[in-house]
Amino acid sequence: MSEPVTMMAAPMRLDYVFTPGVAQGKNMHGLERGVFIGQRCPKCKKVYTLSRGSCPTDGVPTDEIVELSNTGTVTTYCVVNVPFAGQSIELPYICAQILLDGANLSFMGLIQEIPAGEIRMGLRVEAVWVPPDELGPTMASVKYFRPNGEPDAAFETYKEYL
Amino acid sequence: MSERCAVIGIGQTVAKSKREDVSIAGLVREAVVMAVEDAGLTFADIDAVVVGKAPDMFEGVMMPELYLAGALGAVGKPMMRVHTAGSVGGSTAIVASHLVASGIHDRVLTVAFEKQSDSDAMWALSVPQPFSSPLLAGAGGYFAPIIRAYMHRSGAPRDVGMKVAVKDRLHALKNPYAHLHLPDISLQMVEDSIMLWDPLHYLESCPSSDGAAAMVIGSERAAAQAETDTGRRPAWIHGMAMRSEPTMFAGRDQVNPQAGRDCAADLYRQAGISDPRADFDMAEVYVPFSWYEPMWLENLGFCAEGDGWKLTEAGATSLIDGGDIPWNCSGGVLSSNPIGASGMLRFLETALQIRGEAGEHQVPDARRALGQAYGGGSQFFSMWVVAVDKP
Amino acid sequence: MSGFPALTSGHRPVGVVSFAQHDNVRRDGEHNDVEMLLPVIAEVFGNVGITKDDVGFICSGSTDYLVGGPFSFVGALDAVGVWPPRAESHVEMDGAWALYEAWVLLQEGEIDSALVYSFGRSSPGNLSEILALQLDPYYMAPLWPDPCSLAALQAQALIDTGRASEADFAAVAARARRSALGNPKAQLAYDRSPEELLREDYEVAPLRRHALPPLTDGCAAIVLAAGDRAYELCERPAFITGIDHRVETHALGARDLTRSASTTLAGQKAGVGKAGVDVAELHAPFAHQELILVDALGLADDVEVSPSGGALAANPIMSAGLIRIGEASTRIWSGLADRAVAHATSGPCLQQNLVCVLEGV
Ligand SMILES: [Zn+2]
Repeated sequence: MSEPVTMMAAPMRLDYVFTPGVAQGKNMHGLERGVFIGQRCPKCKKVYTLSRGSCPTDGVPTDEIVELSNTGTVTTYCVVNVPFAGQSIELPYICAQILLDGANLSFMGLIQEIPAGEIRMGLRVEAVWVPPDELGPTMASVKYFRPNGEPDAAFETYKEYL
Repeated sequence: MSERCAVIGIGQTVAKSKREDVSIAGLVREAVVMAVEDAGLTFADIDAVVVGKAPDMFEGVMMPELYLAGALGAVGKPMMRVHTAGSVGGSTAIVASHLVASGIHDRVLTVAFEKQSDSDAMWALSVPQPFSSPLLAGAGGYFAPIIRAYMHRSGAPRDVGMKVAVKDRLHALKNPYAHLHLPDISLQMVEDSIMLWDPLHYLESCPSSDGAAAMVIGSERAAAQAETDTGRRPAWIHGMAMRSEPTMFAGRDQVNPQAGRDCAADLYRQAGISDPRADFDMAEVYVPFSWYEPMWLENLGFCAEGDGWKLTEAGATSLIDGGDIPWNCSGGVLSSNPIGASGMLRFLETALQIRGEAGEHQVPDARRALGQAYGGGSQFFSMWVVAVDKP
Repeated sequence: MSGFPALTSGHRPVGVVSFAQHDNVRRDGEHNDVEMLLPVIAEVFGNVGITKDDVGFICSGSTDYLVGGPFSFVGALDAVGVWPPRAESHVEMDGAWALYEAWVLLQEGEIDSALVYSFGRSSPGNLSEILALQLDPYYMAPLWPDPCSLAALQAQALIDTGRASEADFAAVAARARRSALGNPKAQLAYDRSPEELLREDYEVAPLRRHALPPLTDGCAAIVLAAGDRAYELCERPAFITGIDHRVETHALGARDLTRSASTTLAGQKAGVGKAGVDVAELHAPFAHQELILVDALGLADDVEVSPSGGALAANPIMSAGLIRIGEASTRIWSGLADRAVAHATSGPCLQQNLVCVLEGV
């Protein structure tokens, strides 16, 4: 009587070519220049970062391009102690939702140059970019965010973005 | 013009981290055979099959229901496959119930499953996608900041989450189907577990499970027949609702999402619920991370906004402490998480309670229960109400 | 308002009142999924003068493996704008089944209209490899059989019965591509004789290039409306008088590949044979499958088959079935047909099939 088969390996590999689309293409060209790009909805006038081309609430194209600030506010965060495949960051690291000045939507970014114990909601931060010759059409152009020394933002200024 | 319908058959597998003894087909087969037999039926009696699961990448099979058609007894019948992210188990039960409520079918088999151990779910959730931020840290990394926002808004003390983690694991000890059985669970044990995503400890998070859940939904006629044949009473469906909102938009309240509140309002209107805490005898709610209990207590209207943690702290949601509104008596998602099936297990457990068949985790004289599932970035909701009395 | 037709399925008349589809192209390298859907959703609402806020339910169809990432349907919702929160659902199936889910809900009478849409691209990955993952994961998928080879097995089996020949496949392909010349959304249209097509080399014998569908990026949307609401939105709604779908076993060796038992059964349940059929839009990606489907549905010789060119003219994965319902409906709206049949398929070698009968009053 042989051992029952409990597992078989069936390796698979699939390759994909992605289409960023018009809107994400514009975002990426911004990142290539070291600038965050926002897109304004013609209907509700909200400015979306990393937009995929439509206003999520109105379902209309966000055609108007807005250059956003390099600074923003930490709206909320978590401290990560779990290693993930493909992550080369030292543990623990801080994941934060960052609301760029002039934008109406936060996005998740890495915070560095502050001890994990000092991270807080309302912290003012700025983006640190890779050196100019390494800038590319990718989010990897943003190395991380760090405190920019400004006083913390009041809760009222970002409470709608939680 | 909608027809009465009820849960008339229930089946589930034991949840485990790896079910190496069965194939995917073997896993779903266990649950569906149990549900069909529980209803006193054979597969020949089933009119249609509705299948649900989370992303196909969790097993590495594209649209696996096609390959499973034979194992599900679906050959020659209508078969549908639902996918609405984490809420899918609930949505699948709802789609199946509408096939009966609309008068189209009499007996519909619904099943949801996940066999995460066949692939790598963490990888599947974090497939590197170009153009998006690379800083992914799993589901916990997504939800922990939202939990922090809740703590800030409500002023809840830090140990509320840990209390939920203990309570649900104590409940799980009474459920033989639960994945995690931690007899020594205590606040200290949760606090001593590694802080994965501050403020979430390891033991405040759900496990990864293989498992399947199945139900037979029957018409009034089918329910009467099943009750005669099996002696088991039907769990009558008094309302079902689904709501979705966008993942991200300016001004979105991720702590207390509007979609959840609207879904509950629609559901309560259908079921005639005016005071959820008083009107329900128990609830099974999708709580994959401990803090989602107080958050959903508020979202589902069991208390005023900001007060959810007070109910948890007072033991109101604990079966063991004799709370007035026990939540997740099965141990919940914190104790078993076969992702695609997790939502259906919530719905299934409410039916089990209404039929008085929950065994050790039975709420005495449970007459009306709420099942809830959510998914995505808390933007997809599905809910139902089941009760002893015919609507 | 002219009353409602007799129903075989359900008890509440539900009509297709609007349809829109994207241009079907080999590769849309310019737009992402949301950007492809935006104009289609705008058009399907614009056609009948309503907005997203006017429909009571939204249901979509798509599948994750086409883009290699989980939850592709989640982002696509941004093309609709589900705010305030909406009753919404998704099937990991062709949009034709999303339409079925919406039709079921409309039967209950709480809502009067629904939006259905679907999207999918063949271009990001190698579709032949991706579709191999649809097969039994233990015995078949590890061998990576491609869909054209599986279809060729079916075609050869059909030839071996003596019921069809390669010349018949060529005749189907020639007619479909000629019909497609009149379809501005078609991707592959030409006027070539069957004799000329038969001089092509085999792709996978017995299938030559003409018998295969094109690879297509695309998306489509439909608005359904029930009862009087259908007449408010459309002069001559295409009422769904019958709709049913059935699945067969996955094991190819356990099926008679030359017949489509599930199509026959679905067609009977949907009442196809209850009256004459003017036009049938069949989702037959491979030429020989049209012959199997015509046979399975018992369509008479005078039925006009796939005047749009069908899936041989454009085969946007996950939408090609929904588009058949849309195309059949346009024939009813224009009065070119009074009774139409639309069909959708899924799975290898026609494993799962949906049949929908549409009638105008
Ligand atoms: Zn807007």
